[in-house]
Amino acid sequence: MEVLEKKNKNKKYRPILDGIPDWPVYQLSRNRKEFIEEVAFKSFERIKQLRPNRKQLLDDLQATVYREQQRMKRNRWRVDPPDEQRFWARIKEKLVELSNKPGEDTAEEDKILQRIVTRYANEIAGNFKPSSYRLARSITTFWFNRLLNAARVKKFGAIFRNKYTLRDKIQIVGKVKQLRKLARQGTIVMVPTHFSNLDSILIGWVIHALGLPAFIYGAGLNLFNIKIFAYFMNSLGAYKVDRRKKNLPYLETLKMYSSLAIQKGAHSLFFPGGTRSRSGAIEKTLKLGLLSTAIEAQRNIYLNTPDGEEPRKIFIVPVTLNYHFVLEAPDLIEEYLSVKGQDRYLPEQDKYGSFQLLRFLIKFFGKGSNISVSIGRGLDVMGNYVNDEGQSLDAQGRVIQTRDYFLSNGYITIDKQREDEYTRMLSQRIVSEYHRINRVFASHLVAFVAFELWQQKHPKLDLFGLLRLPEEDQVLEYAEFRQACKRVRKQIYRLKEEGKVNHATHLKGKIDLVIRHGMENVGIFHLNRPLLFNKEGNIITQDLSLLYYYHNRLTGYDLEKVI
Amino acid sequence: MTSKKLSDEKPVGVIGAGNFGSAVANLLARQRNVLLYARDVKTIERILKKRENRGHKMKKNVTPINDLKQLANECDILFPIVPSSHFRSMMRQLSPYLHPYHVLIHGTKGFDITLPKGHTIESVTKLNRSQVKTMSEVIREESVVVRVGCLAGPNLSKELAARHPAATVIASHFNEVISIGKRLLRNDRFQVYGNNDLVGVELAGVLKNIIAIASGALHGMGYGENARGLLISRGVVEMIHLGRALGGNTKAFLGLAGIGDLVTTSNSELSRNFQVGNKLAQGMTLKEILESMDEVAEGVNTVRIAKKCADYYRVRAPITNTLYQVLFEDLTVKQALSYLMRYPLNVDIDFLD
Repeated sequence: MEVLEKKNKNKKYRPILDGIPDWPVYQLSRNRKEFIEEVAFKSFERIKQLRPNRKQLLDDLQATVYREQQRMKRNRWRVDPPDEQRFWARIKEKLVELSNKPGEDTAEEDKILQRIVTRYANEIAGNFKPSSYRLARSITTFWFNRLLNAARVKKFGAIFRNKYTLRDKIQIVGKVKQLRKLARQGTIVMVPTHFSNLDSILIGWVIHALGLPAFIYGAGLNLFNIKIFAYFMNSLGAYKVDRRKKNLPYLETLKMYSSLAIQKGAHSLFFPGGTRSRSGAIEKTLKLGLLSTAIEAQRNIYLNTPDGEEPRKIFIVPVTLNYHFVLEAPDLIEEYLSVKGQDRYLPEQDKYGSFQLLRFLIKFFGKGSNISVSIGRGLDVMGNYVNDEGQSLDAQGRVIQTRDYFLSNGYITIDKQREDEYTRMLSQRIVSEYHRINRVFASHLVAFVAFELWQQKHPKLDLFGLLRLPEEDQVLEYAEFRQACKRVRKQIYRLKEEGKVNHATHLKGKIDLVIRHGMENVGIFHLNRPLLFNKEGNIITQDLSLLYYYHNRLTGYDLEKVI
Repeated sequence: MTSKKLSDEKPVGVIGAGNFGSAVANLLARQRNVLLYARDVKTIERILKKRENRGHKMKKNVTPINDLKQLANECDILFPIVPSSHFRSMMRQLSPYLHPYHVLIHGTKGFDITLPKGHTIESVTKLNRSQVKTMSEVIREESVVVRVGCLAGPNLSKELAARHPAATVIASHFNEVISIGKRLLRNDRFQVYGNNDLVGVELAGVLKNIIAIASGALHGMGYGENARGLLISRGVVEMIHLGRALGGNTKAFLGLAGIGDLVTTSNSELSRNFQVGNKLAQGMTLKEILESMDEVAEGVNTVRIAKKCADYYRVRAPITNTLYQVLFEDLTVKQALSYLMRYPLNVDIDFLD
């Protein structure tokens, strides 16, 4: 017997804005040239503020060139423009000349800085085109549906059926109505958890399915190496985040791009974890750079909105993506373990090309593995909950003014250190919201319980010792395992009542069925399955590291205490 | 930041007209008009009539009031200085009138505890960090105010009133709060330092009261400066271990709020905590001592809480433990001392690594 998902209530949502020309992201792309110029100009001004004298500026420019040349030598990607070596070589020549020149006049340095930030701004900027957006959207929907029907109903000709739609596979739960309301009143900054490269496409589909206008994305430039991705991302309004570039001009330009786009009302999305979770755990610390742009944008909106006009509010919406299976899990956990074990840096690799992805999709649609997307309650930029009207609420439910956080002595002030602190507070808030809206699947439960049981049986082994556990010890009695699952599930129910976590509907019901559902789905498409039944009906594993990866999804709730 | 002056028209608020609260109100009154909130109407009448409170001659521009709403409406900057046992209930009353633009800098050196239902402080055996909070954490939990700071350091109220040279630390995550505190408090006899480790500084200020009681006890036994030197240096080590377990960093304990305050309170008969220890050694019981005092000695409760935290986090805290036994069980000061002198662990410094 199959454990059935509760009938999916997801209905079709009507778009909240009728025509694409009304979308903020379209407005932005129509004035793309002016926008890039504005980004470059303001980034230039910001950097000049940060590096007020000639020596500091020159130092940073030299460091930038050095790092860029190192990057090109060590880690070149397919997407990198062919002219970049020439570009940086020329900048270097100029800088060598300038470094011998005395005086405080920075006219020449300014010109170089301008060239660099303009180049970066162009590189970062997305290119949203309504025509290709429509095309990409219909291609995804059409082919996903075809695949789904062909795979599910195993009959020739099923490929033309419409029995199943994507909505049956991907469940969207949580504060959908509120999100749609807020998107009409203010600017949404969506911040999802990040486990897989597929997240970017998935979340794009979700935004469309919810009837929201396209968002601008911060997508890792590495994704543009993969051609399928590059096509979709470009058409969905993605801007490019290159994590190899850590130099000051780049980081400031990137932040300026995000900040200005938000100020102009473009709904935005970025993964605040910065990169895919290596350990499989929900992000505990977030990257503060892009997050700070939301706070900066809100402050500027308050500062620049003329009297009498209502300042546009920015809403932070945390989202968790919940999977039974993460395609890249074996590589991610391997990276995590080797970094943890030896404290060394491994460059990012993407082993999955277009072909592997397609193969995965076919499998995904064929088998029972569902994905759920939980939409969190909207927050203001300080992490306070907002109601459906977009008003911020304090812990007691009293309406408060977000503007007040930026006041000193009655005036809105710009205080970088204060906003850094606010960013840190916001990031902690988002992390705790992630844990709250995280949807526990049966597969998470069984992975967690199995790994913790093995850990408990070998209290003297550290993580690496445990991962090398001899095969004959890798068996768990079903009865014992079942009891532990029951206790943990009970604790999950309790936490849910306290509003500390959420779980899928399939977690309820007979524990044996839930366990079987979990066992069948955990890491379903991996070559070596993290958990299996043996002939005697007991629990074994083929890959402890993978099991550890799926187990990590439930860390941070103190569930190990009830095992 | 824009270079706007701290507005001259808005007064600064002080909550709590105790000894330290009155001293701080007078310090602030040198720069700004001050509203001093007192719960007790009699206190207000006394200040209005005689301009005197708890031995402090109150400055003219300190206006006593009894209305928290008015206080929050008129002041952007507030200094809550009430005993830790009333702090949370005071915050609950104040909270409805607070906005995110308010800045709160507290001067309370004690812990807040939340006990499970049906329990008293006597009946719980262990306490952890989810039950024990510093005052800044209480402010964050009970109100929308985020710009929070604390005031700590060797600040004996009577010496401040007499304008002896002194200094204080303002700790906050926000430089803005530190610089507000500096501008409001600094004068030619009073130096103000800043520190970003808010919890560390709070913990240092709270935990030093334990050692102050112990120091009073040594004094009451008639022992001299060698004994005191021993106690203070071992006391710092113990404070640091406890403080780290509760979420502070070592550094804060080495500054004004830690060692600075410790040396002062451990040497001063003006300190209430010192007096508790002193009287204990003379043979008075805790009950008698507490009845003889007009204000709360925070250290007594701190010993109780810190001991239970040490048990939970398995921190070695011999001074706190024996003091606990003296205060709440029937160990005498003499027995406690002989136990401590035979205590086996004797590494001088083990907190710097």
